[in-house]
Amino acid sequence: MSELKYTVADFKSDQEVKWCPGCGDYAVLSAITKAMPQIAANSNVDHSRFTVVSGIGCSSRFPYYVSTYGFHGIHGRANAVATGLKTANPNLSVFVTTGDGDSLAIGGNHFIHAIRRNIDLNVILFNNEIYGLTKGQYSPTSKLGKITKTSPYGTVERPFNPGELVIGAHGTFFARSVDAEVALTTECMVEASKHDGMSVVEVLVNCMIFNNGTHKAFAGDKDVRAEHTITLHHGEKMLFGKDMNKGLMLDNMKLKVVTVGENGVTLDDILTHDAHEKDTMIHVMLAGMKYPEFPVALGVIRNVAEPTYEHEVERQIAEVSAQSKIKCVDDLLNSGETWEVK
Amino acid sequence: MENKNITEKDDVVIRFSGDSGDGMQLTGTLFSDTAALQGNGISTFPDYPAEIRAPQGTVAGVSGFQVHFSDHRVQTPGDYCDVLVAMNPAALKANICWLKKDATIIIDGDSLDEKSLAKAGYTTLDPFAELGIADYNIIVPDITTMTKEALKDFDMDMKSVVKCKNMFALGICLFMFNKPLEHPIEYIEAKFGKRNPTVAEANIQVLKAGYNYAHNTHAFANTYDVHAADLPKGRYRSVNGNQATAWGFIAASEKSGRPLFCGSYPITPATVILEELAKRRDLGVKAIQCEDEIAGICTAIGAAFGGSFAVTTTSGPGFSLKSEAMGLAVITELPLVVVDVQRGGPSTGIPTKTEQGDLFQALWGRNGECPMIVIAASTPCDCFEYAFTAGKLAMEHMTPVVLLTDGYIANGSQPWKIPSMKDYPEIHPPIITSLPEDEPAFLPYKRDEKTLARRWALPGTPGLEHRIGGLEKHFLKGSPSHDPHNHEKMVRLRAEKVARVADYIPAQTVYGDPEGDLLVVGWGGTRGHLESAVDHMRREGKKVSLCHFNYINPLPHGVADIFSRFKKIVVCELNEGQFANYMRMSFPQFRYEQYNKVQGLPFTKEELVENFNQLLQK
Repeated sequence: MSELKYTVADFKSDQEVKWCPGCGDYAVLSAITKAMPQIAANSNVDHSRFTVVSGIGCSSRFPYYVSTYGFHGIHGRANAVATGLKTANPNLSVFVTTGDGDSLAIGGNHFIHAIRRNIDLNVILFNNEIYGLTKGQYSPTSKLGKITKTSPYGTVERPFNPGELVIGAHGTFFARSVDAEVALTTECMVEASKHDGMSVVEVLVNCMIFNNGTHKAFAGDKDVRAEHTITLHHGEKMLFGKDMNKGLMLDNMKLKVVTVGENGVTLDDILTHDAHEKDTMIHVMLAGMKYPEFPVALGVIRNVAEPTYEHEVERQIAEVSAQSKIKCVDDLLNSGETWEVK
Repeated sequence: MENKNITEKDDVVIRFSGDSGDGMQLTGTLFSDTAALQGNGISTFPDYPAEIRAPQGTVAGVSGFQVHFSDHRVQTPGDYCDVLVAMNPAALKANICWLKKDATIIIDGDSLDEKSLAKAGYTTLDPFAELGIADYNIIVPDITTMTKEALKDFDMDMKSVVKCKNMFALGICLFMFNKPLEHPIEYIEAKFGKRNPTVAEANIQVLKAGYNYAHNTHAFANTYDVHAADLPKGRYRSVNGNQATAWGFIAASEKSGRPLFCGSYPITPATVILEELAKRRDLGVKAIQCEDEIAGICTAIGAAFGGSFAVTTTSGPGFSLKSEAMGLAVITELPLVVVDVQRGGPSTGIPTKTEQGDLFQALWGRNGECPMIVIAASTPCDCFEYAFTAGKLAMEHMTPVVLLTDGYIANGSQPWKIPSMKDYPEIHPPIITSLPEDEPAFLPYKRDEKTLARRWALPGTPGLEHRIGGLEKHFLKGSPSHDPHNHEKMVRLRAEKVARVADYIPAQTVYGDPEGDLLVVGWGGTRGHLESAVDHMRREGKKVSLCHFNYINPLPHGVADIFSRFKKIVVCELNEGQFANYMRMSFPQFRYEQYNKVQGLPFTKEELVENFNQLLQK
């Protein structure tokens, strides 16, 4: 197999990018155009096999900004369109760019069912906790009490945590990154593309205009991130902090933040991340960690192998057609009970 | 069959009715298949309640199956029945309005107890007098008792024994009409033989018991013979409209070389199309049951973008849910067929009953200027032709198509002279496989000069990478454009593309003489009833013809010419006048009378004839 060599430029389109200055979405665009050449090389995917599908929202402008095949659908339906596309042609490398409104509100049903089917889509979920394109209404991930144009006295709805939703639905791959960590986002996308089955990469993005600083408390700058996020790697100890001396351990079935060397805690007490564990419990707990009590988990939180939907469909077609006597429409029409009029 | 009088009849309608758990659909199907195998002309129609198992013995829970068999081609399942088989008094009551004046009624005598009569809402113990049918030919065999007797040596529980009683009724009817037992026996053996040989044996035993009982009793001294119909020579099968629709799509897939994808959500009365397609993994069909109606059409659009011949199948309520996505298919100019098997609306309405109320929704039920090709099938068999044609038009003209059928033709079945695929045309979708030399960059919205179809560039094809979507498109590049003149140009191009389809479909035809006193106009699934009513009028020497539409948008050429040759035009449809108003808009120079029915039922020939006669006298 000859290795396909592309550069970032090969995946940039000639379209003018129309996001607001300073929008976190630019960083995701940068990450994906960095990830695609790596994915092409790793998996021997030709440029023409990349297809990006989106719904509606700021994030859904994405297909116009990359030079691949692209489909900009209607609000909430990206995962359904992509499900049809991938089922019809499993050879494509299908990405879905979507947001917290597109996939968790109007398109929530398609999102959870794509997860349930484990169809091999690479979903990039831009989470800015707000509706940007409609100019500032609360979303299903907005914090409780958030004041927006449609919640002038604060929301009275509890937000979704996308990771809990994905893993709770037995999703097979979930990763999280923040807009500022382009290298980590790129790495998550590359890992997601290697995963056979539905993968969701949540990227916490900042909306400068309508929700500026929503992730700032834990993701504001490098130092803050070091103290308030933990980047998980499969097979490695769950350590964080600028001195990498804080860690996570299990205490009475709950996660607990401890400092190595304090209160008798040693490195052996710290949990080792197993992204391949099929049981969802620990992954749900990790995805659910909230600031300020816990560091917010980044990186690949869950990555387990299960049969994929499109593969199972192809397998059935191969098996059933090998056994069936019906090979063409004429066979079909003449099958079963027929009679001759003479 | 000694000592029996055999009377020849040219035309018989039998209605089997009972509780929805009594197996009436199977009984009716076995009878009609037997008659079809004997060469009779056949048309059948199931009439079942929305509830799967409504309270036993109540009128609401009655399920029926009507078989019309004849010594000639039949166009409808018949208005009224010659024979009513009723498994209980509720079934009798529910079907009293469908009896011919001299009808024979066969009712299970064991079911005429006080409790059952009360349950069915009778106020006396004499149901026949109460219904005013005491002078009909009523036969009251104790079907349940005789079924139990026939199975007394079988090691079966009473519930399973009683379940076999439908076979007793079938046996009686097969004897009455001189039909052999072979087919039902073969069917029962094939269905239960391996899995449950006792059940198979019991059913066959009861079937024979019913047949022998009829043979031995004076009540059935008269039997009837319906000769084989003079049908065109060839191999036949029985097919219902939903099956034929599914198969038509598979045929279009074969002729286009595009794999078939169906994304659908179960909904009455359309579900059987999805079920038929789901069986066809052997032909590579990817039929997927989606999480909802919207996912049904959106997965289909995704598959169409990916190069499949994509369809989605539904009924009225689901058709409403798909509206926004139909607009997406219109603006992305992808081939797609949306089937709406119409049922009584609005909202959930009367889901198991037929209606033609979705015409306006099919024509105009989308936001923006959003034209789609709309075609309608008119018989169970021709669902195959129109599903095939819908696929051909969608793929060759790169536009979504609505295919309208209805609960009546979807569930009804007819004998079908099996076509040969060599007689069907190839389908040529405008697939592009490499970047043309005169295009420095691929122009996804560049069009064919004649059809105005854009080219279909499939993801995975090097050099043709492009982006499409729901935003208005630049007329060549396909990139988003908010330019006012470009938008107007695109709105008109999409409309013109659909309008030009008129050059690729057959001109409108007329059934009967090309001129006369009355032109009956219909569309879709009413064809059989309208034809038989027009035939009836013409046999009486009246100058009546039928102009029946299958192509609705665009309308075929030649319509105004046909309309102009008649003194009166009456538009008949199972709604409140949607097609009539469409005609008033399309051909305002003519005056249109209307005949409308919205009872969830097909027309009857009788009511049509009466109405036509009144119109002729006015």
